[in-house]
Amino acid sequence: MFCMTNCPTLIVMVGLPARGKTYISKKLTRYLNWIGVPTKEFNVGQYRRDLVKTYKSFEFFLPDNEEGLKIRKQCALAALNDVQQYLSEENGHVAVFDATNTTRERRETIFRFGEENGYKTFFVESVCVDPEVIAANIVQVKLGSPDYVDCSNDEATEDFMKRIECYKNTYEMLDETLDKDLSYIKIMDVGRSYLVNRVMDHIQSRIVYYLMNIHVTPRSIYLCRHGESELNLKGRIGGDTGLSLRGKEFAKSLAQFINEQNIKDLKVWTSQMKRTIQTAEALGVPYEQWKVLNEIDAGVCEEMTYEEIQENYPLEFALRDQDKYRYRYPKGESYEDLVQRLEPVIMELERQENVLVICHQAVMRCLLAYFLDKTAEQLPYLKCPLHSVLKLTPVAYGCKVESIFLNIEAVNTHRDKPENVGVDRSREEALRTVPNHL
Amino acid sequence: MAASPARELTQNPLQKIWEPYNNGLPAKHSAQRGVCMTNCPTLIVMVGLPARGKTYISKKLTRYLNWIGVPTKEFNVGQYRRDLVKTYKSFEFFLPDNEEGLKIRKQCALAALNDVQQYLSEENGHVAVFDATNTTRERRETIFRFGEENGYKTFFVESVCVDPEVIAANIVQVKLGSPDYVDCSNDEATEDFMKRIECYKNTYEMLDETLDKDLSYIKIMDVGRSYLVNRVMDHIQSRIVYYLMNIHVTPRSIYLCRHGESELNLKGRIGGDTGLSLRGKEFAKSLAQFINEQNIKDLKVWTSQMKRTIQTAEALGVPYEQWKVLNEIDAGVCEEMTYEEIQENYPLEFALRDQDKYRYRYPKGESYEDLVQRLEPVIMELERQENVLVICHQAVMRCLLAYFLDKTAEQLPYLKCPLHSVLKLTPVAYAGCSNTYRGRQTEQLPTTLLLTYTDMIRADVSQDDWEFFLLLGEFPKAAAKIVKRG
Repeated sequence: MFCMTNCPTLIVMVGLPARGKTYISKKLTRYLNWIGVPTKEFNVGQYRRDLVKTYKSFEFFLPDNEEGLKIRKQCALAALNDVQQYLSEENGHVAVFDATNTTRERRETIFRFGEENGYKTFFVESVCVDPEVIAANIVQVKLGSPDYVDCSNDEATEDFMKRIECYKNTYEMLDETLDKDLSYIKIMDVGRSYLVNRVMDHIQSRIVYYLMNIHVTPRSIYLCRHGESELNLKGRIGGDTGLSLRGKEFAKSLAQFINEQNIKDLKVWTSQMKRTIQTAEALGVPYEQWKVLNEIDAGVCEEMTYEEIQENYPLEFALRDQDKYRYRYPKGESYEDLVQRLEPVIMELERQENVLVICHQAVMRCLLAYFLDKTAEQLPYLKCPLHSVLKLTPVAYGCKVESIFLNIEAVNTHRDKPENVGVDRSREEALRTVPNHL
Repeated sequence: MAASPARELTQNPLQKIWEPYNNGLPAKHSAQRGVCMTNCPTLIVMVGLPARGKTYISKKLTRYLNWIGVPTKEFNVGQYRRDLVKTYKSFEFFLPDNEEGLKIRKQCALAALNDVQQYLSEENGHVAVFDATNTTRERRETIFRFGEENGYKTFFVESVCVDPEVIAANIVQVKLGSPDYVDCSNDEATEDFMKRIECYKNTYEMLDETLDKDLSYIKIMDVGRSYLVNRVMDHIQSRIVYYLMNIHVTPRSIYLCRHGESELNLKGRIGGDTGLSLRGKEFAKSLAQFINEQNIKDLKVWTSQMKRTIQTAEALGVPYEQWKVLNEIDAGVCEEMTYEEIQENYPLEFALRDQDKYRYRYPKGESYEDLVQRLEPVIMELERQENVLVICHQAVMRCLLAYFLDKTAEQLPYLKCPLHSVLKLTPVAYAGCSNTYRGRQTEQLPTTLLLTYTDMIRADVSQDDWEFFLLLGEFPKAAAKIVKRG
């Protein structure tokens, strides 16, 4: 992708507690890693919890609590130390420094740290005054925090509100005049408006675009593959055939399932391949075709069985098992290529609300890896069986996953990584994990 | 809704798209997604004092949206005024107490809005860019109500700039050449124009965070140093914001060329992934020399991931970056065939391609339309960058060129991009006005073109190709120089 500048980026979150800083940090980190930019977040609150084993009360955060201030500064410095380790020694590209960073003095310290180490610093401030939003945040992510494990909800909420007060008096927002030379985005009222200042490079531009497209409106994303296809039955990969009889049954079953779910304003997306479109047609609702949702291009191996690939391209077959994420079929694509072409789908999924995506095995693995924060190593082996629907519902900092098998039998198309991936392996060793087919 | 009984899907023979028989929407470009789905056209309203770059932004945005497949048209109210009031006398026309002037200006604005309605509601336009100062809240409310009545989504783009140097530079670039000042000296023109700006200043009501909090808008400050974005409503507005935040006005040049002649080129075969021929290698060396002589500051070099562009870049001896999306159009089953073989094996396909070369998709391959969609990130990054050399392929170069030269989908697949030629594109300001050349009114091109042709290392450049390059001189004030290197 874009590793042009040898200049790592330090993203610095800014904002009062319960303004969504950690939510944004985690989401942004997940997105950047998925598109191939090594990113890690550093949550200073976590450092504090590791150092001060038990949390007593909001009084720890009072501005005149010398002991508290000392510990908090120590934690910030420990986190910055780890940031430096990650960016300068561990080949990290982006570090997200997640703390309140509500004083100009603290931000200057961090900025100087960035300059000394040759990092570009980009601030992300979240400003919100809507008491309903803040109350909702507290319920979603604070009540379950380790800090409040022994408290009732009311006790926790009361303490947390006082914690926020501790920060308010010393809060110096990013200012259009005083901070005019800094690079930052100020997010207001959960994305109603944004102030963007001095975007310096490509990655900052992408970060801004991403942050401006995400939202927190509750919704669900449904992912499934097309119904079983004629080529699936024969154990052949790729191609552009229609559904088998069971595949058509699945399509009808999917229609019924979607109806029962009673989803508000559901958008349906398919690829431009016959089998996903046939599946969508059974739903009886408008759907949209995306070429970028097409299955991975297997190049010279299109429409082959695994046995034929082993027969004709044993070296390619072994190389694929060695690094399934980066392996590119001759005249075809890799999973890595797939992620790059699916990025606009992810961006639009972030913008949308309820969506059903009817796609393909490799494509679904890529999308799932984004939502479930899977690594490049895990991605190509995620289980995405035919005739199952995954319902993803964002909750707190992550994603709830429900898997619904629609009770229509289908072949298994999942091939696990075999034990022997060496180029000199036997045919039997190569084919050991191939699922059954006609 | 009940599902239809199972019926076989048919595939459109030109675009190779499986046609929905029940409820699917026809496949379209990703950029049209947000617009077409809602059946809701978008009205973009420019806001700002004169010489703040409104027309520059309007034209650029229109060009970008059309290129990505969103039918867009701009409506410049100043042009309506020039058409109505044949001769411009002085800034006094714009004085806030000039009743006659106000009447005419309002008339022009309404005439333009009328044409906007025609374009969006009757001519299948998706986006209209309404280019005028629109500096009073009252005027903007009028336009917003017009939008609501017609079912358009309104998005404001305000350009705010106080830097006197920037404003002075704008005046020099675009105003001095305006038809309004055709009989004036530069000093007279500048003086009059500054007074014109003053006429607007007293009544200027900027978009306000509080008063206008329910409007959708982007406020661009100091030529892109910072932006305030409010209530982005849909996909197309999000794309517009992203684009506006990536463009800049720093002078720079973009160099486009193809790889050196390849082995398959010699055999008249399309596609494939072969290396350079002997002459192709000579071209690569010649390109290296050319680039050196140009003495370009901080030149970035991009190639595709195909052998022939990489071999070409290697000769330059500078770092370069490989983009897979710059790969040549995928000819699917026709890869590595000659045109004779395509005619032999796929005569129907060959004919369909000639019927609509832009939308035609090779079986198991791509169309030019697909190519534009995959090249969009390249265009976005080219906008962000400064000096760049892109070493690519014929179809790819046609798509990129069409973006810079504002060519239509019909013209794009026939743009001449011969081997061993470099196109240097240097943005110069638009004219913001019509010019007469060879007795025809033509819009000034936003670029100049410098073509370099390596004579020693020639691939076969036909007479037609030369005429094409000469034809580029058709664009007034675009210096199409053909430099033959001996």
